[in-house]
Amino acid sequence: MRFFLILFLLVTICLQANTIKVCESCKIKTIKEAILLAKDGDTVSVKKGIYKETKINVDKSIYIIGEDYPTLDGQNKTESIFAAKAIDFVISGFIFKNVGLSYTKEIAAIYVSNSTNFNIKNNVLEDVFYGFIIQSSNFGLIQNNKITGKSINETTSGNGIHVWKCKNLRIEQNIVKGMRDGVYLEFVNNSFISNNTSQNNVRYGLHFMFSNNNEYHHNEFRENGAGVAVMFSKSIKMHHNTFHFNWGAASYGLLLKEINDAEIYDNIFEQNTIGINIEGCNRISYKNNHFIRNGWALKFRGGCYKNIFEFNNFVSNAFDLSYNSKLNDNKFEANYWSDYTGYDLDKNGIGDVAYRPVKLFSYIVNNTPETLILLRSLFVDIINFSEKVSPVFTPDNLIDAKPLMKPIEL
Amino acid sequence: MFKIIKYSFYDLMRSRWSYVYFAFYFALGFVLLFLNNDINKAVITLMNIIIVLTPLIGTIFGVMYYYNSKEFTELLLAQPIKRNRIFLGQYLGVSFSLALSLVLGLGVPFVIYGLFNSPAIFDFVLLLITGTFLNFIFVALAFNIALSNENRIKGFGYAILMWLFLAVVYDGLFLISLVIFNEYPLDKISLFATMFNPIDLSRILIILKLDISALLGYTGAVFQQFFGTLLGMIISFVVLSFWVILPVGRIALKANKKDF
Amino acid sequence: MIEIKNLTKKFGKLVVLDGLDLDIKSGGIFAVLGPNGSGKTTLIKSILGMVIPNSGEITIDNISVLKQWEYRNEINYLPQIANFPANLTVVELIEMVKNLRPKKSNENELITLFGLTPFLNQKLGNLSGGTKQKVNIILTFMFDSNLIILDEPTNGLDPVALIHLKEIIKQEKEKGKTLIITTHIMGLVEEIADEIVFLLDGKIYFRGSVADLKNQTNQTNIEHAIAHLLTKENV
Repeated sequence: MRFFLILFLLVTICLQANTIKVCESCKIKTIKEAILLAKDGDTVSVKKGIYKETKINVDKSIYIIGEDYPTLDGQNKTESIFAAKAIDFVISGFIFKNVGLSYTKEIAAIYVSNSTNFNIKNNVLEDVFYGFIIQSSNFGLIQNNKITGKSINETTSGNGIHVWKCKNLRIEQNIVKGMRDGVYLEFVNNSFISNNTSQNNVRYGLHFMFSNNNEYHHNEFRENGAGVAVMFSKSIKMHHNTFHFNWGAASYGLLLKEINDAEIYDNIFEQNTIGINIEGCNRISYKNNHFIRNGWALKFRGGCYKNIFEFNNFVSNAFDLSYNSKLNDNKFEANYWSDYTGYDLDKNGIGDVAYRPVKLFSYIVNNTPETLILLRSLFVDIINFSEKVSPVFTPDNLIDAKPLMKPIEL
Repeated sequence: MFKIIKYSFYDLMRSRWSYVYFAFYFALGFVLLFLNNDINKAVITLMNIIIVLTPLIGTIFGVMYYYNSKEFTELLLAQPIKRNRIFLGQYLGVSFSLALSLVLGLGVPFVIYGLFNSPAIFDFVLLLITGTFLNFIFVALAFNIALSNENRIKGFGYAILMWLFLAVVYDGLFLISLVIFNEYPLDKISLFATMFNPIDLSRILIILKLDISALLGYTGAVFQQFFGTLLGMIISFVVLSFWVILPVGRIALKANKKDF
Repeated sequence: MIEIKNLTKKFGKLVVLDGLDLDIKSGGIFAVLGPNGSGKTTLIKSILGMVIPNSGEITIDNISVLKQWEYRNEINYLPQIANFPANLTVVELIEMVKNLRPKKSNENELITLFGLTPFLNQKLGNLSGGTKQKVNIILTFMFDSNLIILDEPTNGLDPVALIHLKEIIKQEKEKGKTLIITTHIMGLVEEIADEIVFLLDGKIYFRGSVADLKNQTNQTNIEHAIAHLLTKENV
């Protein structure tokens, strides 16, 4: 009996995961060496220091943990620093510097392909071309990384977190600045993107292409070249996000193109050139969103049916609504419009006169963009007023029949 | 000249109209804050009011003060004072007292409401600066009109017409011509046209801050450069200064040639 | 003291002063008479620099005054209409004018003389026309200048104030000051004027003493004498 007990202990000790230390004064001086020695389940603990290594292949179920933020220096070689292809691995706590760039090869600080159950967290990426490239992988968590780039234009820059053909990912609490797209998702399904901050990216803060059944919430997108783009995707939930200060002729808080059955609620769109640009979108429900001081709160580009806008706040936008085709099949009801000047005699909180969100001036600016320079002129107010009294140019039936007297609480 | 400014200023500060003007802005500030319940929104509404009303009040006051103090001016003219100093002194006296009514009348309610803790403070300050500029410009224009018209009914009429033209008609003609010549590149011309109307110029200056998100929606490169950089602000302020300097210069010239 | 040469002033097409030549010697009271629109006020205002002549020359003590302003420190002027900033008090106005003319002044004496003490702290807008004229007179006479120009000084004055005014004028004359007066009150002219200039259509039509005028027209009454001058013109 005692013998079996000793044998059992020995076996468990042998099977127990080991920790392999890497440092300048250690026996093992490189991460590559440590990974070679490691078995599944082992931890590679990398001490503080500078490691000039690239093309570190992660092909085992191991935990690679940086202690006190060791620096990985890519020496600008055209190779990724980590190339992972494994089940169950963690890369955490590193600073990445001098990661190479290539316009032909896919190079990133961490390149993940055909992996499952992975966890990339607490890393700092400085001046990278591509931050992470994740391909054909499932069940990954990308958390609490900070990625910065120095992108100047779209053609010579890469994405912060570039995901292609994945499922069941969680991208959380990352900060991405100065890349082309902060987060780029193509053919990604059933994933959650939350609590990230994406700002000052040259193109989009977040970019969905052909990705269905995803949910993004509690993110902040600010001062991106063109805002957030969601294209050719189905059933996406977007809520509790903040889109602000996305300024420019082709800049949006949110760009929706060919989107069906989405839910957009509890978001804040503040001071964007266009709050939401909507093109070819059907059956989208917009609820409890706050449009504050945007150039255009909503801009319809045509082909939109059966969208419902209710209980949203439209506050101090230069234009609440602009469109260039018929908008008959969409419903605006019970929103708060700060420009509404009607009254509520029966005190039920709903204005007694319908509100017309399209102003004559919005129609004029659509046709002659230079007239924008007359924004908020007294003359413009006068013609808007006369159009309100007897509509000639703006559609007769585009109204909010039950405008709210008080804004929805945030 | 400072003596003249001082006495004109005292005179106006004690007149009922200064208080009416002050009270008007004071009440306006409170009503706007009460109705909007939000400094940011109140600032936007205020902008619409300021760019229309400040010029109107400046015009009316300027003309009224000039005609009402005509005999007093004659008294001064017999004193050993240089002519244009009398008029510039009166001009500055009126302008300063109106500016003070504006700044205090609006400033006090907003400060009570917590302006200093609001990010809107810069917008608000810009609004007051532009309002003050408009005030100086329109008092100067009014003085010019009054100096050129002995008949006060005529002078008053011309002054009001000038205001009406710059506040409404100009923009109407501007808009119509933009729509008619829609096919041509118009961005430079339209920027240029704003420079010739101080009300438009002030409006641009304020919306550069308040509605920059919308202004940047226009694709023209000239617009982008004008609105997207500090250039727009600087040019607007410089031209606005010219709008003060030129009419004031004419007051000085005209004053030297006029008979009393 | 004052020399005016070839002074011409036109308001539009209307010629108000037509090549006027005039010299006024130092000391004495000089009355400028003439029908309405004859150019009296324009002449005075030209001397003061309030009207800018089309051509001609005005010198005071041999110094040209055109486009100058400092010389006005030596002139006291009583304008025709007394109207002041309505919201200043009498004291403030007096202080202001004193402030503008850094010169010795004796306003207190005059204030007592015209009984203005109770009005000192009232706003000018609330004063009656006569009281305003008294203020006007104080502002004019409180300084000690060699040249005093009075444009219709008797406007709106009560008899007592009128007597005071005449006294002041006489006192100033005795001090050797030069006074130029325009008025329609011929009694006043006869009483105080040393020399008369009669203007008509922008030209000097008569110049001399009251006695000369009566002699020339064979009239005993100055008003008739003036009327005679005018009818002679019409003949």
